[in-house]
Amino acid sequence: MHRPDARGYFGGAFGGKFVPEVLYEALAELERGMDAAFADPTFWNEYHALLRDFVGRPSPLMEATRLVEEAGAAKVLFKREDLNHTGAHKINNTVGQGLLARRMGKGRIIAETGAGQHGVATATIGAKLGIPVDVYMGALDVERQSLNVFVMKLLGAQVHSVTSGTQTLKDATNEAFREWAARVEDTFYVIGSVVGAHPYPFMVREFQKVIGIEARAQVLERYGRLPTDVVACVGGGSNAMGIFSGFIDDLDVRLWGVEAAGHGLDAGDTAASLNAGSIGILHGSRSYLLQTPEGQVSNTHSISAGLDYPGVGPEHAFLKESGRATYVSATDEEALRAYHRCAEREGIVPALESAHALAHAQKLARELGGKGLVLVNLSGRGDKDTRQVAALEER
Amino acid sequence: MLAAAASAGADVIELGIPYGDPLADGPTIAAAAQRALQGGMTLDGALVLARQAASDGAPPILMFTYFNPVVQYGIERFADAMLAAGVAGAIVPDVPLEETGVLRAEFAPRGLALPLLIAPTTPLERAVEIAEASDGFVYLVSRLGVTSAARGPDLDWIAARIAELRERSTRPIAVGFGISTPEHVRAVCALADGAIVGSALIDAYFGTLGAEATARSTKLIEALRAATGGPRPGA
Repeated sequence: MHRPDARGYFGGAFGGKFVPEVLYEALAELERGMDAAFADPTFWNEYHALLRDFVGRPSPLMEATRLVEEAGAAKVLFKREDLNHTGAHKINNTVGQGLLARRMGKGRIIAETGAGQHGVATATIGAKLGIPVDVYMGALDVERQSLNVFVMKLLGAQVHSVTSGTQTLKDATNEAFREWAARVEDTFYVIGSVVGAHPYPFMVREFQKVIGIEARAQVLERYGRLPTDVVACVGGGSNAMGIFSGFIDDLDVRLWGVEAAGHGLDAGDTAASLNAGSIGILHGSRSYLLQTPEGQVSNTHSISAGLDYPGVGPEHAFLKESGRATYVSATDEEALRAYHRCAEREGIVPALESAHALAHAQKLARELGGKGLVLVNLSGRGDKDTRQVAALEER
Repeated sequence: MLAAAASAGADVIELGIPYGDPLADGPTIAAAAQRALQGGMTLDGALVLARQAASDGAPPILMFTYFNPVVQYGIERFADAMLAAGVAGAIVPDVPLEETGVLRAEFAPRGLALPLLIAPTTPLERAVEIAEASDGFVYLVSRLGVTSAARGPDLDWIAARIAELRERSTRPIAVGFGISTPEHVRAVCALADGAIVGSALIDAYFGTLGAEATARSTKLIEALRAATGGPRPGA
């Protein structure tokens, strides 16, 4: 499928390598290592063996029989990424990058994390492969997500609290890039989403497309047709790119990315980069960005830490511009309602991130009626959010 | 502060336009950018300061900023504004050689310089290309990592790389990142055409204001100036 051009652009406009010169050669080295690995069947064999035995793939496809109660509504299907080891799709990518780090002879892995999910997934593969892991995490997030900090430490990772800037994911990412610049020779930077400078958005997509490939085959096998609509939440956008990849050339299948509107797109208290942002440059690539008129990155808000990021993967910007995918949003409140509904009616506590996708999927199922077949990427499980939701609702 | 830098003997002044997510900068400059932004500093505001200093007879001023603020401001508008302020050009460290075309297209017709950076990871062929594409001088990054006075320059690497570049390019070479003491400046200036000091200057005046900050800056710049071994500007 569609690879960015030599300068790292999707559709000639989004992506690129806007990094300090010290990292330029590091990216080139990564790209060479990635190309060699991607062309080597033994690399993919090892990747798929770990996905099977360590992650538990393929993840199941489940019909959500009670989520939408109206008679005549479309069927809703869940791709159960929540059942993966460590509880989300994040591990598909860290397994791939971990194997690549080892193949490239890097003795150390670094990663950024927001809520801690990608940090845990990276620490997990580091432990499995015996590669030391340093995780950079905003000081505010360290405080808010103490459980994941503890899990990362259990897995043998070092967690570095980042006190610069807003002390959240954006700053943790800055710090990981700076650390990479200081130790490019022995360090592999595992980015957690389809963001960053080329080749990261492409590479991470390639490690997540297993979701879409599996889901397409599962839906076809079980229903004898393709889904009419595919729905996924979008923060940086890796679970969405993963599932979209399976259907990108099936032009009749509509692709929906659901961003976090936070308190609402007009409220200015949002994380919906594609819906409320403008084109700019962050973390090495040109894409949509929530920013001030002066080009400073804005503070964002979402109830879901995993979507609380001011940028979005450049391929999503391209899919938006080309019209291949449609990007909508769900507010904190809509996501929270879907979170409860999924728990009560399907017996699954979803991640708050995935709840944004569920909110839109319910709307679609009602609108489409019986002809529709709506596939939702249930990208993660929600136990990580229970304490936060409980605290919110006690107020 | 700009006047102090000029009278203490700076040959060129690099003036930062603050950006909240500076990937090439370490804690000192990143925190300084945050303070500046909180204090209301903007791209236009920085150019007002530059224009004042330039009209007071300061040495050439180069703006230092990241690409996104420039893109949002408009590259052509930025070039016009620099020209109007009497600024010599700009350093934009997150624009790699391959992407500099859009900047050069607006800078070159106005006579604005666009010095580019060479890092320790840059292969020699690429380093030569970067040197040749640089205007004014080429900025040699002294070691791996980001700007910070906490780690000094890698003098062996600098010496080797400068020797290689001199065979292939006549572009003047200035060395920056981690240069904080007169000893560093002396060692670097024995090899290169200039030394660039940023974090150490901010560290020197950090926590002070007004005359005290100016006095501390002057003291450091004079000491660094003396260590270059070159004549004072205008002398």
